[in-house]
Amino acid sequence: MMPDLGKYATEVLSAYGASLALLAVLIWLTLRRGKAARAALQDVEQESGKNG
Amino acid sequence: MIALLIRDLRLAFRAGGGFGLGLAFFLIVVTLVPFSVGPQPALLGTIAPGILWLGALLACLLSLDRLLALDYEDGTLDLLLTAPLPLEAAVSVKALAHWLTTGLPLVLAAPVLGVLLNLPVPGYGWLVISLALGTPALSVIGTFGAALTVGIKRGGLLLSLLVLPLYVPTLIFGAEAARRGAGGQDVSTPLLMLAGITLATIALMPFASAAVLRMGLR
Amino acid sequence: MSIWSYANPVKFLALSAKVQPVLWVTSISCVVVGLIWGFFFTPDDFRQGSTVKIIYLHVPSALMAINAWFMMLITSLIWLVRRHHVSALAAKAAAPVGLVMTLIALVTGAIWGQPMWGTWWAWDPRLTSFLILFLFYLGYIALWEAVEDPDTAADLTSVLCLVGSVFAVLSRYAVQFWNQGLHQGTSIPVATGERTVSDVFFYPLLVSMIGFGLLFLALVLYRTGTEIRLRRAQALRVRLERAA
Repeated sequence: MMPDLGKYATEVLSAYGASLALLAVLIWLTLRRGKAARAALQDVEQESGKNG
Repeated sequence: MIALLIRDLRLAFRAGGGFGLGLAFFLIVVTLVPFSVGPQPALLGTIAPGILWLGALLACLLSLDRLLALDYEDGTLDLLLTAPLPLEAAVSVKALAHWLTTGLPLVLAAPVLGVLLNLPVPGYGWLVISLALGTPALSVIGTFGAALTVGIKRGGLLLSLLVLPLYVPTLIFGAEAARRGAGGQDVSTPLLMLAGITLATIALMPFASAAVLRMGLR
Repeated sequence: MSIWSYANPVKFLALSAKVQPVLWVTSISCVVVGLIWGFFFTPDDFRQGSTVKIIYLHVPSALMAINAWFMMLITSLIWLVRRHHVSALAAKAAAPVGLVMTLIALVTGAIWGQPMWGTWWAWDPRLTSFLILFLFYLGYIALWEAVEDPDTAADLTSVLCLVGSVFAVLSRYAVQFWNQGLHQGTSIPVATGERTVSDVFFYPLLVSMIGFGLLFLALVLYRTGTEIRLRRAQALRVRLERAA
């Protein structure tokens, strides 16, 4: 299953690990901010719906 | 225009205007370098051109946030905005005043500080020439940075973050010219590039600075 | 129907909602396929050993790091000329993505450089330029955060992006003059149509590059939508407070 990475296994794995982790953090932050924005917009729209 | 220049110069020379602060900062940076890298004359001589350029650049940076912030606070900037004088010209004059009060003293002080750092003899002339050619660009680019951050509270740190990457080409060619000069090599390529950058920034940056000021103060 | 009709936030959101599911699925599957293909099913390079596998991360992220700035440059120009809010917000949305791409390129490059060049970091023109690009991204994002009025922030960052682009190119050449590099030439020379990378490595790399590109697009669309919603929420909030 796992390919033989030879003597550079640490380097290759850490490069993949670090990059995927960075991408995951970016996507997570993006989604979190997106959800917060949707919630905030919904809140305000409901309130203004009530008042106006 | 000349009235504005004289006013700016007067304000700078008056106590608290910041004139001399840049010079003192330059002196301190140069003094601290041997403490951090060790007192070997050969090593100091090798890095002297670079250190002097970096010190001058940082000293320039230090005085940038006062360049427009004081005028912003006391309302002078709003007057300039509505004055018959084009804002581009006003900005250029401000940059010129900054250079006369910060850049020029640095250029004149650099050879004296070069002695402290054991700068090789052929390097003095080229150091002064490269600084004289390069510091106007630092002032003009810095004015753009100051214009970007003028309305921002505590914009000093942000100003450094924005301006320092823009200083990279000037620093590279300037320090390279000084280094080659100190090493007795041919300096014409970096010096010409440096002069090109300075002339181009003097010609173009005031438009960007003025545009940014108009946007920021609207 | 011109392309400018999508500058209307409502239309933009509707279109991006339609496109996004497809985009997310294809981009993530391309990235996954490209990386798995590259990681498990390509041979080792005879000189670089298994470290050649890092190319499937390094080249696509570096490509997108530059393209993200290029896209910001174009959207900034559109904002300055035509004053479409969506355009300015797209530039704002792209910056952190570009920042992360630059970081990935730098990190993978350093990890690759340690065994291959014997050093994590060298002041090589390409490496140095990327570091400078990283600083530009930081400054750009910091300026967005610092200015309170959103329209002024959009104006100022747009001009910074334009001026920054000029200086970034200038720095690129200055750095090249300043130090000759260790970094190899481009992997995908488009202009000559030749390839410096052999087919075994090229196809997974291509898939990975397409994946990163689409992923960037999906992220930017999503983030632009977020920014539009935040702006709208803020505007409505102000209106409510005024009415109350």
